[in-house]
Amino acid sequence: MDIHEYQAKEILKDFGVTVPAGGLAYSPEQAAYRAREMGGDKWIVKAQVHAGGRGKAGGVKVCSNDVEIQEAAASMLGKKLVTHQTGPEGKGVYRLYVEAGVPIDREIYLGFVLDRTSQRIMIVASSEGGMDIEEISETKPESIVRATIDPAVGLVEFQAREIAFKLGIEPALTQHMVRTLMGCFRAFRDRDATMVEINPLVVTTDNRVIALDAKMTFDDNALFRHPQISELRDKSQEDPRESHAADRGLSYVGLDGNIGCIVNGAGLAMATMDTIKLSGGEPANFLDIGGGATPERVGKAFRLVRSDAKVEAILVNIFAGINRCDWVAEGVVQALRDEPIDIPVIVRLSGTNVEEGQKILAESGLPIIRASTLKEAADRAVSAWKGDKANKVEVKAV
Amino acid sequence: MSILINDDTKVLVQGITGRMAQFHAKEMMDYGTNVVAGVTPGKGGEVVEGVPVFNTVKEAVEATGAEASLVFVPPPFAADSIMEAADAGIKYCVCITDGIPAQDMMRVKRYMKRYKAENRMVLTGPNCAGTISPGKGFLGIMPPHIYKEGPVGIVGRSGTLGYEAASQLKELGIGVSTSVGIGGDPINGSSFKDILELFENDPKTEVIALIGEIGGPQEAEAAEYIRDHMKKPVVAYIAGLTAPKGRTMGHAGAIISAFGESASEKVEILSAAGVTVAEHPSVIGETIASIM
Repeated sequence: MDIHEYQAKEILKDFGVTVPAGGLAYSPEQAAYRAREMGGDKWIVKAQVHAGGRGKAGGVKVCSNDVEIQEAAASMLGKKLVTHQTGPEGKGVYRLYVEAGVPIDREIYLGFVLDRTSQRIMIVASSEGGMDIEEISETKPESIVRATIDPAVGLVEFQAREIAFKLGIEPALTQHMVRTLMGCFRAFRDRDATMVEINPLVVTTDNRVIALDAKMTFDDNALFRHPQISELRDKSQEDPRESHAADRGLSYVGLDGNIGCIVNGAGLAMATMDTIKLSGGEPANFLDIGGGATPERVGKAFRLVRSDAKVEAILVNIFAGINRCDWVAEGVVQALRDEPIDIPVIVRLSGTNVEEGQKILAESGLPIIRASTLKEAADRAVSAWKGDKANKVEVKAV
Repeated sequence: MSILINDDTKVLVQGITGRMAQFHAKEMMDYGTNVVAGVTPGKGGEVVEGVPVFNTVKEAVEATGAEASLVFVPPPFAADSIMEAADAGIKYCVCITDGIPAQDMMRVKRYMKRYKAENRMVLTGPNCAGTISPGKGFLGIMPPHIYKEGPVGIVGRSGTLGYEAASQLKELGIGVSTSVGIGGDPINGSSFKDILELFENDPKTEVIALIGEIGGPQEAEAAEYIRDHMKKPVVAYIAGLTAPKGRTMGHAGAIISAFGESASEKVEILSAAGVTVAEHPSVIGETIASIM
């Protein structure tokens, strides 16, 4: 789960990381009020969206008076911000964060990630802050400093000091840098994060180490023990179909194609999408209905996939181990009787009770296209979607 | 022979008093798996499906000689149960539980290192369908009837894709020595490489099917091992060619976050290591048949 910059900064501040003074605003007037409240002569108005790349997209503006702040705020609020991380549809801006400007001397990149090779938390840092880490890896790979953290001991101070020195932090600021690293690590560990990124972490001309930006992602599997983190979820930043699915225990990811998929098992769901592509189509979604799918769950999956207006054919692919093909077939028939649709539906069943399942589909009298292998199902889905009528007639005779 | 499980392996089920665990324990016994004990803290003394229940894994091991354990414990307590099994001298543990926090699994991995390599428990999963040695026994939730006994070793992250492979093989009259699910989580007990090593040394296994997906470094690590150390042929299928970068595809570990983690990059790396890659899942069976 992702959270906003201002929320990440509040968490990190509690763990001893220095952040600039700032305040949340929901309107241009409130943004200007926040700036007056904190004083100073330079402020940054920042769009709060769950995506990076805001600066280049016009989501971060430096202002030096009331009018500029209100103008900047008005140009962002209620709009969709499109960055290289949001996709073409962008993300809605409904909250702004107004921060006091700080005098920057140098910028550092600091990230904490779950490293799957060492199976530990890893620190990734670079003296070349401001760029994203992909860009740093390409252009300045030699500037990257890495360290892994032993889960039994946690981050130890000498490791933090080593990083500080490798980044060229001047000796007078080493302690401040160590405190920042330790704070980020403890926030990561204690709140079950999967990523903490501060880019940039800045050294100011008045000798402070400050997190100018902050991003945190949390382990969905650990939210049960962090109710205060779960509360930070902002549904306005999620794809409405994906949040709808997640609330119903279905795993759904929306894509750009036209062939909707209903599958059991994450691996098989990905394989189904791939096979559609190989057959010349484009999948509209990833959807795993899980094990022990009841007819009701199949019905929910149908409604979900159909709620995507782009969907022009639906492919159901079930390999029943724990599932039962007859239950899935009942679910499909029920869903199509409850809400008839005029797009092709292709069903491939395999595994437990497959004969019973096929029989239910055949006897339903519904124009369901059946297939026995995944490749066949994908081929038929793609040709049915392309409106290949000859193929449809031939298939119905199966 | 087969790997990890044999017909005489004494099996313990942790969390046996749960509804799902009871159902699957019975399936395992019906198949002939030697289930000797169950563990649920506070329910010691009960009997489930004719199997005695103990409060701790240590008690169960002392009383029954259990060597392998199947963990069916809910996510908040699963990591603790795995460590309990490791400490009680269990040799092989399969964890089915989906949804264990990643940092809990990091602690499990670190904890297991306290034992010398020769005494260290082998863990597969979590978030997997389990392991089956057809005709001998299984620890997991798979439908055992789709597996025929034979010479192909299967190792995969996805349960249902493993079923696809096994049933395609069965239709071609080809059987399986052992099928191992390593699970869909980012931090798992055994990697592809760990299981490939066991198959390479198993006289019964002649060919290995590796079923991978996007995310993580373990397919690339396996490719290196295959290139440098394996004599037996390996067939692979990698799911997720159409998966967008940075999105989690169902499995917590199925997310492309670094170079080499996309399906096409993994296919390239495996092909370069001499692995025969099946283009789509419907041809996993015939691809294996073609090199046998």
